Amino acid sequence: MAGCESVCFASSNIVIVSVVVLLLAGLPGLLLPSARAGQSWTAVMITLAALAGIPASVLTLLSHSRTAWELSWSMPSGPAQLVLDPLAALFLLPIFLISACGALYALRYRPARGGYDRIMSSMYALLAGSMAVIVLAGDSLLFLIAWEGMALSCYLLLIADHRQREVRDAGTLYLIATHTGTLVLIALFALLYQRTGSFVLPASGSLSAVGPASATIFLLALLGFGTKAGLMPLHVWLPSAHANAPSHASAIMSGVILKMGIYGIVRTVTLFDSPPLWWGLTLLALGIVSALAGVAFALGQHDLKRLLAYHSIENIGIICMGLGVGLCGLSLGRPGIALLGLAGGLLHVLNHAIFKALLFLGAGAVIHVSASRELNRMGGLVRVMPRTGLFFLVGAAAICGLPPLNGFVSELMVYLGLFRQVMGESGSAAVLAALAIPALAVVGGLAVACFVKVFGVVFLGSARQPLADDAHEPGWPMLLPMGLLALLCLLIGLAPVALAPLLEAAVSWHPLLQQESLRLAGAAPLSWLSLMGLALLGLVLLLALVYRSRLRSSRCTAADTWGCGYPAPTPRMQYSASSFADGLVGLLAPLLRPYGHRPGLPRQELAPARSRFSSHVPEVVLDLWLLPFLRHLEQYSSFLRQLQHGQLHLYLVYIFATLFALMVWALW
Amino acid sequence: MVDTLIHILLALLMPPLLIGVINRTKALMAGRRGAPLLQPYVELARLWRKGSVFSRTTSWLFRAGPLVALAATLLAALLVPFGGHNPPVAFIGDLVLFAYLFGLSRFFTTVSALDTGSSFEGMGAAREVTFGCLTEPVLFLVLVALARESGSLSLNGLLTHASGEMWPYEAAALLLMVGALFVLLLAENCRIPFDDPTTHLELTMIHEAMVLDHSGPAFGMILYSAALKLFVLGALVLHLALPFGIGEGLLGWLSFSAGMLVLAVAVGLVESVMARLRLLQVPRLLVAAAALAAFALLLTVR
Repeated sequence: MAGCESVCFASSNIVIVSVVVLLLAGLPGLLLPSARAGQSWTAVMITLAALAGIPASVLTLLSHSRTAWELSWSMPSGPAQLVLDPLAALFLLPIFLISACGALYALRYRPARGGYDRIMSSMYALLAGSMAVIVLAGDSLLFLIAWEGMALSCYLLLIADHRQREVRDAGTLYLIATHTGTLVLIALFALLYQRTGSFVLPASGSLSAVGPASATIFLLALLGFGTKAGLMPLHVWLPSAHANAPSHASAIMSGVILKMGIYGIVRTVTLFDSPPLWWGLTLLALGIVSALAGVAFALGQHDLKRLLAYHSIENIGIICMGLGVGLCGLSLGRPGIALLGLAGGLLHVLNHAIFKALLFLGAGAVIHVSASRELNRMGGLVRVMPRTGLFFLVGAAAICGLPPLNGFVSELMVYLGLFRQVMGESGSAAVLAALAIPALAVVGGLAVACFVKVFGVVFLGSARQPLADDAHEPGWPMLLPMGLLALLCLLIGLAPVALAPLLEAAVSWHPLLQQESLRLAGAAPLSWLSLMGLALLGLVLLLALVYRSRLRSSRCTAADTWGCGYPAPTPRMQYSASSFADGLVGLLAPLLRPYGHRPGLPRQELAPARSRFSSHVPEVVLDLWLLPFLRHLEQYSSFLRQLQHGQLHLYLVYIFATLFALMVWALW
Repeated sequence: MVDTLIHILLALLMPPLLIGVINRTKALMAGRRGAPLLQPYVELARLWRKGSVFSRTTSWLFRAGPLVALAATLLAALLVPFGGHNPPVAFIGDLVLFAYLFGLSRFFTTVSALDTGSSFEGMGAAREVTFGCLTEPVLFLVLVALARESGSLSLNGLLTHASGEMWPYEAAALLLMVGALFVLLLAENCRIPFDDPTTHLELTMIHEAMVLDHSGPAFGMILYSAALKLFVLGALVLHLALPFGIGEGLLGWLSFSAGMLVLAVAVGLVESVMARLRLLQVPRLLVAAAALAAFALLLTVR
């Protein structure tokens, strides 16, 4: 089929050109005399790259093609390899989509005025470009270079407001975490090199998964990539980093960068022929822990962006549950389970990128208006910014996995994979899957609780503190990306069957999943979902029409909210974010360790005196476990500090000495 | 086709009767004569004719809440078999949709409660989502156990298997599941011992506190969806509780309806002999129900 081949060739070349445009898109920001013009050029270039890159990636997926390029460079590792296969093409979709949405949004959200802004827009483009290179990288050196490019550009983007101490601290924590992860990845690639004798990543399914070396590679991948993905308990850097970055950066961090960790885990697994059962079970167990703990901590937050960051941990958990089920299916030789789990996990990667970016962009608009990230100072914003409110509502319902939106589709696939595993297997696979199902149900319930709280406290009721007089809906560069993402949430939810061929292509690396008869539309009730989704929307519309005609023909009066007889209620008497979550936080107290100041009732006076109340949920892993441990460690290792003195010439001597020692060792 | 029609008519028309039966049972137990059985229909018609009062702080979400909740519950009613008849809609994986439709309804009910900005309604909404987190795993644990036992992934397959074939050799697991689901039925529908549907304006209320500001047709829709939810979850319990298949044809419809009425009497009896639990004890009972369901799962997975 010459026609197909020329299409594949053209589409894969278009992908490469788009990635190059992404990488270059930062230059105008640095070079043009006007920072503002540079930012606009960057946004235009990123958008064009996305407009070309998304259809080209979809075509690559549909044609199941694999294209490889070799670029010669003078590295001892040999020429650089770029490989575009269906799995890479699937991960390119969120990269293109979210980076374009964020770049457009930034035009109004954070117009460049010079100074650090120049660096920001160019770092944003570099970040998007290096992520695209990560998924295309076919050899470990290029992978690591792109990985570092992503980590560092993300750091520079994160510390945009570096005059605040909180932001600097978040940046430092992020930098430490990401480099710890990179260190593990270097060990991972060294082991792979030992296995294959080449820096080129081995072809999929070419390594045997038996033996301790493979187990070590898998565990190192979990550790190194898990740190980037924010798997519990490796997530310590994530909440503060996502909270303190500018909102369009948070959107891309949460929506896409975390997925690079997921990509790494999936890519590592594809190198092996058949993963042993315990790989899948480990991933499933880690996913359960991440999902449960992530949403539980989210519930206790009252900083809007910190809360959203914890939900990323939850969703990474759901993704890992899906991938874990998929791997179990592969090792049990059950293609149906494997397809449902892997496709569900990968679809959730895409879905989470869409709705989490939407929520962060919405949060940016909200924070813009209320000049605070603190939930308890907001309220009633749906009247000030109705469109933002509607889009945020769609994102909130989607992240809770509610029908008829996209989150429900991927969660349903994961559920079905788990159900089939319980029904068809016995032993540990069945037991863990049987535990995972109610766990996923609790996660869903807690997510509903959390997003009812967020939406209710931010957008509903009345404003808890006065808004500026000119508070209004944000301009179209901010609304358009949000609207587009909200629309995608609905479209994927209503027509999931459109994505089925893409997902089937992305998981087709394994021989078990290459059978023609194995179709996602047969394993999951995708057309039923469309039908039921449309029925739901139609029913709501019908009821709304009936209700409206009823309201038109009857008497409607406006009054104050009933205050149970109290004549002078104030907005501060409304239920707040803390009071709404108080019951659940209390139930989860052994995990969440909430602390704060709770005044008792005063004994002596008749009228209570002025009092104050506060409640916080700490980052338990970081504040209560890791930092005390590190402080302890510091006491015994402070003498090593002498090695780090800030004198450049001595550092060069270190490098030379290390190289010399290695050379001696190698020549021995 | 005829069965589908009867199914829809039954789902649309019968729910308020259950409320009437519960109220009549409670009245008889308390030594009163009680309202007529059809009183709930009269109430709904009256509310539909009334005007509405809208709080000035509310937005379109306040009006949308009851509509979405009713639509989601109606759709869920299409998935459950009533008696030995196939439901109008059945497909692989519909059990997850069934559970999540109630999640959707909860999301919008609580959001529209928060729209009023009243702390009473905030309190009710907070309690509703809190207990929702505890009831959802109960439902899923039961569904997993049934799926494992029946080998089916649609509600129809699960429930028709449970009523009939499963009792002779899995009676213990089924008894545990019936217990867990009955607790779920009471909790999800805000009946005693979890909530008292007859009092208003108490600090311990859940459902009634959430809907304080709803009036007229919207309030009617809320009451109607509550009755429908009781009916749908009741059908679930009934399928598990009956140790024999509920036949087909006209006899099947009649015996199903009779079973639902008996279930309503049972709910009424529970409400008559029990007091409402203190709010802090509610989570304990729900966790106990989850434990019952987990035991049932253990019995089927072993």
